[in-house]
Amino acid sequence: MAKKVVQIENVGQSFDTKKGKYVALRDVSLDIHEGESIALIGHSGCGKSTLLNLIAGLTLPSSGVMLCEGREIAGPGPERAVVFQNHSLLPWLTCFDNVYLAVERVFSAKEGKAKLKQRTHEALDLVGLTHAEAKYPHEISGGMKQRVGIARALSMQPRILLLDEPFGALDALTRANLQDELMKILAATRATMVMVTHDVDEAVLLSDRVVMLTNGPAATIGEILTVNIERPRDRLALAHDAHFGECRAEIMEFLYHKQLKRAA
Amino acid sequence: MTAAAIADRPMAGTDMGAEKLAASRNETGNAPMASVGTSVATQEAAQVDSTPVETSSGRGGEWLRAIGRAVFPPVLGLALLIGLWHVATINGGGIPSPGKTWDAAVILFSDPFYQEGPNDQGIGWNVLASLERVAIGFGIAAAVGIPAGFMIGRFAVLSQMLNPIISLLRPVSPLAWLPIGLLVFQRADPAATWTIFICSIWPMILNTAQGVTRVPQDYLNVARVLNLSEWKIFTKILFPAVLPYMLTGIRLSIGTAWLVIVAAEMLTGGVGIGFWVWDEWNNLKVEHIIIAIFVIGIVGLILEQMLMLIARRFTYEDR
Repeated sequence: MAKKVVQIENVGQSFDTKKGKYVALRDVSLDIHEGESIALIGHSGCGKSTLLNLIAGLTLPSSGVMLCEGREIAGPGPERAVVFQNHSLLPWLTCFDNVYLAVERVFSAKEGKAKLKQRTHEALDLVGLTHAEAKYPHEISGGMKQRVGIARALSMQPRILLLDEPFGALDALTRANLQDELMKILAATRATMVMVTHDVDEAVLLSDRVVMLTNGPAATIGEILTVNIERPRDRLALAHDAHFGECRAEIMEFLYHKQLKRAA
Repeated sequence: MTAAAIADRPMAGTDMGAEKLAASRNETGNAPMASVGTSVATQEAAQVDSTPVETSSGRGGEWLRAIGRAVFPPVLGLALLIGLWHVATINGGGIPSPGKTWDAAVILFSDPFYQEGPNDQGIGWNVLASLERVAIGFGIAAAVGIPAGFMIGRFAVLSQMLNPIISLLRPVSPLAWLPIGLLVFQRADPAATWTIFICSIWPMILNTAQGVTRVPQDYLNVARVLNLSEWKIFTKILFPAVLPYMLTGIRLSIGTAWLVIVAAEMLTGGVGIGFWVWDEWNNLKVEHIIIAIFVIGIVGLILEQMLMLIARRFTYEDR
């Protein structure tokens, strides 16, 4: 078995609200191995993003232990890069400068300016945006912004890439394109990835394991599905693949039968 | 657009379906896409008849018309104002007529920078003296108010500490602070500057603080994930995000400062447009007062527009 990058042991998360304590997550245990792609799926409000924020270190767990490379996660760090749902690029910086900000932070102690710039160019090249380096975020499309977000995350050479519904705000065609590109990038960089999604196809297509969360409050891991589909994966071929269909069906069964949300 | 298309064009408004068809055909031609409607259809037909050369000159006409539409109403409003003014003063009385005021203005602006003793200087010097006071008072207010706003926005405790005080003092007319200034500085000039300082500082503190609290959490999360240093957070995230709010505060401050300086100078005397108005009142040169009103208005307008331009340069979301 590959090395464990992130270990989550009996983690619970609760928030203090005006109505008292709200338990968002309980008893979550999960090991994320090197090079593995994991999708977190569940109904909205089930705590998928809470779990991702815990791994990112943006919030700290109320109970349990979270380890990254054997060390406790005490806060955010560049070894756990996050791609935010709404891209979160700084509007006053060009695409290049947005990525450079990250590169500079991680590598400026050891490397000169020329090397930092080269890293930035490489990251943007990886997502196919060399031509848009000098543009500002408001000058490019939503899909391109999200690619810059991915480039920014990858440029830090993180141990693990955390994506919070990265393609949720995009149209279906752009989303499919970016999913394909992400698969290529993951194959090329052999990065470890955790992705929050509520798109069943996306979960099966991109991940090695699909972690299904039960409904909140006090959500926990309901089932874990292992996707045994050879890489590289081709979305057209998979449309007729029996195992792909089974995986889809199993997740749908979980989401719409076992965990059907009562109409709010 | 072919001749056939014109020929088989139905009478406007008689057949809606055919009308739509004709309109859709028009997309390939020079004429603008028309919606269904009688007047639009006739106008469109007129354009269809014209050759391309005429169309381009028609576009030039359009451009002229657009300028006319933009310029005509304000000019009309101004003419109306002067007309009313003229009618109101046609039978004499204390208020000078537009013509008389114009004559006085021509004399006044033929030599705006003369100097005959401390109490008799050209209007240019007076405006500059007022602007200088505003600049100094406002500059100090910015130097104090903007950092204070950042602190109040960043630290909730400070905000809780200072907000009641600010709420209490903000509605007070800055002129009420003038005697305190006179007492402390013992001279009229710094007292006027002090008044400007007081009136300009509140909008800058409040707007800057509001800007800081409104920095999107996403940006701050980026800062946390990238583990940026406090300095980087300030220069790359906080400052650019707050800048538009800060500029709004500055704009409001300058506006108020320019309002207040006139009143303050009336009370303190010396050189300055406010004092000049009062002086001309004592000399009973009412036409000069009217000129001063225009000058004050125009200077205020220029200050406002300059800051609007700067603000537009630094607004990122709407570009």
